Amino acid sequence: MDTNMPRASDSRLKLVMVGNGMAGMRTLEELLKSAPDLYDVTVFGDEPHPNYNRIMLSPVLAGEQTVEQIVLNSRDWYAQNGITLHTGKKVAKINRQARTVETDDGMKASYDRLLLATGSKPFILPVPGADLPGVIGFRDIADVDAMIRASSEHKHAVVIGGGLLGLEAANGLKLRGMDVSVVHIGAWLLERQLDEPAARLLQKNLEEKGLKFLLQKHTAELVRGESGRVCAVTFKDGETIPADLVVMAVGIRPNTELAESAGLHCHRGLVVNDTLQTFDPRIYAVGECVSHRGIAYGLVAPLFEQAKVCANHLAEHGVARYQGSLTSTKLKVTGIDLFSAGDFIGAPDTESLVFSDAAAGTYKKLVIKDNKLVGACIYGDTLDGAWYFDLLREGTDIAQFRKTLLFGQHHLGDSGHGPAERVAALPATAEICGCNGVCKGDIVKAIRDNKLFTLEDVRAYTKASASCGSCTGLVEAVLAHTVGGDYSTAPSKKPLCKCTEHSHDDVIAVIRDQKLKSMDAVFQTLEWKTPDGCASCRPALNYYLLARWPGEYVDDAQSRFINERAHGNIQKDGSFSVVPRMWGGLTNPSELRAIADVADKYQVPEVKVTGGQRIDLFGIKKEDLPAVWKDLSDAGFVSGHAYGKALRTVKTCVGSQWCRFGTQDSTGLGVKLERMTWGSWMPHKYKLAVSGCPRNCAEATIKDFGVVCVDSGYELHVGGNGGIKVRVTDLLCRVETEAEVMEYCGAFTQLYREEAHYLERTAPWVERVGLAHIKAKVVDDAEGRLALHERFIYGQQFAQIDPWKERAEGSEAREFQPIRITA
Amino acid sequence: MKDWIAITRFDDVPRQGSRVVELAHNDKLNRIAVFRTISDEVFAVLDKCPHRGGPLSEGIVHGGRVTCPLHSWKIDLATGEAVLPDKGCVRAYATKVEDGQIYLRLA
Repeated sequence: MDTNMPRASDSRLKLVMVGNGMAGMRTLEELLKSAPDLYDVTVFGDEPHPNYNRIMLSPVLAGEQTVEQIVLNSRDWYAQNGITLHTGKKVAKINRQARTVETDDGMKASYDRLLLATGSKPFILPVPGADLPGVIGFRDIADVDAMIRASSEHKHAVVIGGGLLGLEAANGLKLRGMDVSVVHIGAWLLERQLDEPAARLLQKNLEEKGLKFLLQKHTAELVRGESGRVCAVTFKDGETIPADLVVMAVGIRPNTELAESAGLHCHRGLVVNDTLQTFDPRIYAVGECVSHRGIAYGLVAPLFEQAKVCANHLAEHGVARYQGSLTSTKLKVTGIDLFSAGDFIGAPDTESLVFSDAAAGTYKKLVIKDNKLVGACIYGDTLDGAWYFDLLREGTDIAQFRKTLLFGQHHLGDSGHGPAERVAALPATAEICGCNGVCKGDIVKAIRDNKLFTLEDVRAYTKASASCGSCTGLVEAVLAHTVGGDYSTAPSKKPLCKCTEHSHDDVIAVIRDQKLKSMDAVFQTLEWKTPDGCASCRPALNYYLLARWPGEYVDDAQSRFINERAHGNIQKDGSFSVVPRMWGGLTNPSELRAIADVADKYQVPEVKVTGGQRIDLFGIKKEDLPAVWKDLSDAGFVSGHAYGKALRTVKTCVGSQWCRFGTQDSTGLGVKLERMTWGSWMPHKYKLAVSGCPRNCAEATIKDFGVVCVDSGYELHVGGNGGIKVRVTDLLCRVETEAEVMEYCGAFTQLYREEAHYLERTAPWVERVGLAHIKAKVVDDAEGRLALHERFIYGQQFAQIDPWKERAEGSEAREFQPIRITA
Repeated sequence: MKDWIAITRFDDVPRQGSRVVELAHNDKLNRIAVFRTISDEVFAVLDKCPHRGGPLSEGIVHGGRVTCPLHSWKIDLATGEAVLPDKGCVRAYATKVEDGQIYLRLA
């Protein structure tokens, strides 16, 4: 069925959704984006409100936000999108044979597909008095209203349950002026989110705010007062404390009553498969009511991931799979920062790194297994939480920075932004994203005005962290701080772009394994959502195909950024700059004369020496480019590829030929390396350097591949970067001969070309896959190294064709010729 | 100025690509970008992104849109409007193709 065709309303399928909460509504929003005309949608919600942000009930209780502020979809929104909304209606029955649902007051609706998003219910302890007035859960706006009312009429509040929700309720009630005791059955608070030392710090902090704690207490009975309302709580040890309000926050249970009554298979939740389908194929389910692979999630991030997958199937695209989520936790109590993720308790086969400063109220514990982070528990300064979560999710090899891991991301030497100031304390004018000039205030405003939840949304609206990405952690921190912490982090597997669900690694593997040799083949095999991709995926696919099938895949000029299509760097006024290649940085009088002649002839406004020891001619009009290239080409120059995701330059020092310290012929080796590697396309720009001695005048240790000559041979360094985020190389190995340098260089370069993601430089790539992986392929496996090197050399025969000469001879002429008309 | 102006042959505009037309009219020079999409539709807009004036003709064409090479704004070619969340509009011109010839109308 073609879902792109508009449908007449009478031919539309009927979709009924039961449950008007965040997970269900997110599913509808995703569905409307991709198939707006497929369904007539009817929504039943048993609360009297439109969809609101349940996460923000705690700030509403604390008086920091109002109910109006947390509404996500207004009634107008439903009307504008043609959705029939019934609020205050409880669906009591599903008739699966007739495909209808019926509310408890007799309203009926028929469906072609049914989406159950009935959420969860607070678990109420089965103790005497649990049904008394004044005993409530903490789940919806009605509960918050009841608590606010109680706080103005009564004094003593008891919260049963020292978990996230319980502590947030206790904090809110305290701020409303009540005397609050938290009763907890465990030995410490938040035992599912914190280890004991961190929980003690938290407890101390909350006690300073005036909360009281009763740990390892078992509730025996809720006592009825004279008014009929609850008046006290009695424990199994006989102790009794006064209570005018009891909030049960001991957990939630998936609300599966309706599903069970319809005979749908439930086991600790309504059981769904990876496409969010229940055992009845017409019935889908998302959210807290669902049990997926035995897990019922209660946090918003996994629910939104489910929503995305479910919408994909409801839209009949049929390509997405939900494979479970890793979750992390933050507490929304103003002034208290805690973060945890993964297995932070540890096991016999794990190691722990612990930093504890009780006086400063800071505690960090990181759990490591096989050089990978598997758990984190942080109290106090949680700015690095998002970064740790990323390391955990990506399975990054941390061996290289294990020593500084505890001190956070900034200790990796990130010069892109300042020290780890607390995001919360930053003024609105503080710049978060340097690339796009986005301030904290812009981000907060965009999040509030547009009700954003995800990093991706914030990027789309503000462009913050959309360029170099080094401020991603800060943007996530602003997002977490603004929406209250329980924000949705990026999905566990990042799609290449919005045109597909598949990741870079998936695409690389499919192109290789299924021998896909054209862009159309990729679009078809992987079911691209757009007819011809977008400006993000097309250049990536063009590169992957070119790198994998040299000599077979035909480069697609229309899938290249303008710089690579026009073989020059576009400048802000639309003119171009031209950098001829100078092998190893060597030149001579006749070359310099030729460059000077070109500069004169075309009235080049500015001539500059680049950071990579080449000469840059600025301000050349696009239509003059072919003529400029012809003159340069006649003088023996080829393109310097200063505009490309390609081998840029090989920087050298003078070496043993002239320098009194030089140990080897670094200039000569640099020329040989540049002759071997020039012309090759790469995932990102790629720079080499050769230094003649450990004084390292060519700065080889901040290059993608750097050679440092020593008396006994050559040190090979990889993964350096001198850009936004300075990274010093890792030592790959030492070799003895120039021939070995050439072979290792070719092999490392090819491994990067085959495995890195498009637009990923060697520095983040080496950090992602780990130096051990690279050593295994390039150093330890001699046969594999030779094969990599040979693949590189094979590809070079198709790549080392000077694009300037081709164009000077008339190829692609219309790219450079405007059409001039006088009307 | 209601007349159709012959611009170029349809075949001289690459698919998923563009050509720039420098059109002198009433002492004014208009730089107009003419696009041909994957489905061989032809559109024309002023060659100036509403954001910072980037040359739209140098962008990557996908579907009925072009992405500006300077800061990646996406422009809908039929209307000239920026795709949300970006907001802005560039002037779009009427085009037609007859006998393999592309025509454009200024008003």
